[in-house]
Order: sequence, then structure tokens, then C-alpha cells
Amino acid sequence: MKPVFEYTKGMTDAITSYCPGCTHGVAHRLIMETLDEMGLLGKAIGVAPIGCSVVAHQFMNVDMCESAHGRSPAIASGIRRVHPDKVVFTYQGDGDLASIGMGEIMHAAARGEKFSTFFINNCIYGMTGGQMAPTTLIGQRSTTSVDGRTREQAGMPLKMCEILSTLDGPSYIERVALDSPAHIRAAKKAVRKAIEYQLAGKGFTFVEFLSICPTNWGLTPPKAMEWLRENMIPYYPLGVYKDEEAQDNGDK
Amino acid sequence: MPKKQFKVVFNRERCKGCELCKSFCPKKLIEMDTQVNARGYCPAMMTDQTQCIGCQSCALVCPDGAIAIYEEE
Ligand SMILES: Cc1ncc(C[n+]2csc(CCOP(=O)(O)OP(=O)(O)O)c2C)c(N)n1
Ligand code: SF4
Ligand code: SF4
Ligand code: SF4
Ligand SMILES: [Mg+2]
Repeated sequence: MKPVFEYTKGMTDAITSYCPGCTHGVAHRLIMETLDEMGLLGKAIGVAPIGCSVVAHQFMNVDMCESAHGRSPAIASGIRRVHPDKVVFTYQGDGDLASIGMGEIMHAAARGEKFSTFFINNCIYGMTGGQMAPTTLIGQRSTTSVDGRTREQAGMPLKMCEILSTLDGPSYIERVALDSPAHIRAAKKAVRKAIEYQLAGKGFTFVEFLSICPTNWGLTPPKAMEWLRENMIPYYPLGVYKDEEAQDNGDK
Repeated sequence: MPKKQFKVVFNRERCKGCELCKSFCPKKLIEMDTQVNARGYCPAMMTDQTQCIGCQSCALVCPDGAIAIYEEE
């Protein structure tokens, strides 16, 4: 029998600590499959965040480093500068990246640090029990917005791809979603592009994954996929927000 | 050319019973077992292997590396 699909050796054999249906597992797999297919498992260094994926280093079969909450872009900047021959990435949740770590991500991106960030936006603080994140949607209930987030009280949710694309430093920015097999295939292509640009020595690369947190959203995993599609994608449109190569070609 | 035959293999112990594979199978070939695995989840299983079109939808959405797909030669 010819294998058509097998679990990547980019992931360890450990069963993840994530809840049933949590797309952290899908995002992990896509990144690790890509690194494996590109022959980079021995060359990659990841930086894990604080959040449910604080334990990512137990599941991703590459060298990993842990970071304080939100600070992984600073750590990745240092690792990549000291080891320019390595492929360096951060893996960060929306609480980690867009609240406490907002300063670090903005400045690493502005400096055009040559690592890749994989940003898991599930509109919530998952690990700590479902508090409102900067990305929580208007009307979305959380333990700190029990009647739904309002613009008056919390402002509008932050759109990280759009914000980062105003900076000169990033070379590639794309938003993808993990809500269907077709979108998951597309998400993997975005991961590959980010890694390829890093290998080519271009600036900072960023992929945002719209992701589900069935546990804190209070939905079954299949219903959470629908919620993502119907609520997140309209506010967080999918697509390429910055592509240095396309811009260069366009200028010629 | 004869129709391709696929074999979808579930790893019962990795499966967390999330039902994503079941909900995305276009041929509706996946059901959940009523017997739980060691971790207490009702794992996914194939009903009619012969109807599988090898689209990989189940494996793509599985967050837990519980699905492998083979093509019969
Ligand atoms: C300095 C500091 N402040 C606050 C916390 C508590 N804390 C742990 S994880 C987390 C938010 C995680 O949310 P997110 O980054 O979206 O990750 P998710 O769990 O949703 O994947 C917070 C506030 C902490 N661990 N350290
Ligand atoms: S709490 Fe949410 S983000 Fe965390 S593992 Fe569970 S489903 Fe995933
Ligand atoms: S490969 Fe496609 S048809 Fe076969 S079980 Fe998986 S989802 Fe269903
Ligand atoms: S998607 Fe994976 S973990 Fe979820 S029920 Fe199917 S095989 Fe089990
Ligand atoms: Mg989150």
C-alpha cells in the first residue's frame, strides 16, 4: 500500500495537550510538514509562547526555546542574528502577540528581522479560561465581556495583518483560515512562502491563522468551524497583505 | 483504468473524538465508535472503506495526527 497521507515526522509522537478539535494541532502540523518537506527540521529553531501552545516544544520536532509572554519576537531576533544560517520562527497566540507582546512584534517587524511569525488568532485568551483578547469580535461573549464585546468599552478588534503591512520591514504577510480542507491546503502554501522568503534573506514574514477555540467559545468543533467562517472571515479578510517579491516585479 | 482503492486508518488512541473528520467527509463515511479509547474519547472509524475517494479532507482537518491514508496497489 502506498502512503497518501501520514502524520509528519516533524511532529513528535506525543499526544498534544490541546482540547479535542483545537486547530492549534492543525497549525502545528502545517508548519512542521513544511519544514520537513523542505529538509529543514535540523536547521529550524522555534520560539514557543505563553498560551495553550506554551507546550509546543513538546510537539514540534525541532529545536525550540520558550519565551516570556509576548516576548518571542525579541528572542527570535537575537537567535536569527546570531545564527543567520538557521530558520527561525515564533508561534504566538492573539493574546500573546496582540496584547502583552504588541511592542515586541511591532518593532521586530519594523526592523525587518529575518524570522517568520506564525500567529494563531482564535479571538480569545484560551489558556487562562476565555477572557477577551484584542482580537475578540464585537458582540462576542467572553468571561470579561459577558454580554458581548462593545466598541464603546473596548474599541474595535485589532487586525494584525493590516497593521503590520503599514511597516516597511515585513517582506510577506498573509492571513489564512483553518476552517476547511481547502483553506488548510492554502494555509500550508502561505507557510511555505514565509519560510522561502526567510531562506532568501528577505525581511520579516508573518502568517495569521484564523483558528478555533471550541472549549472557550462553548461550541462543538464542527460548529466552531462554522462560527469562524461566518464571523471571523468577514471581519478578518483572508489574503496576501504584503508581498515584497510581487511589489518588486510590479515596479519593473 | 480500474477505480483507485483507498484505505483510511485511524489511530484509536491518538483520536480525541472531535468529529471534525466526520463532519468534513464528503462521502459521509466516518462514524464515531460507542466504545471509548484509553483516554475516554469515542474514536472515529470508517463505515465503508470501499466508497472512499481519497480526498484527504479527513486527514487535513484532523488536529491530532490520528488519520493515515493509503492507496491500494
Ligand atoms: C506576564 C504574564 N501575564 C499574564 C499571564 C497569563 N496568561 C497566560 S496565557 C495568557 C493569554 C493567552 O492567550 P493567547 O495568546 O491568545 O493564547 P491561546 O491560549 O488562546 O492559544 C495570559 C494572559 C502570564 N502567563 N504572564
Ligand atoms: S482552550 Fe482553546 S485554544 Fe486552548 S487548547 Fe483548548 S480549544 Fe485550544
Ligand atoms: S479520504 Fe475523503 S472520502 Fe475518504 S474518508 Fe477521508 S474525507 Fe472521506
Ligand atoms: S479529526 Fe482526528 S481527532 Fe478528530 S475525530 Fe477525527 S480522527 Fe479523531
Ligand atoms: Mg488566543
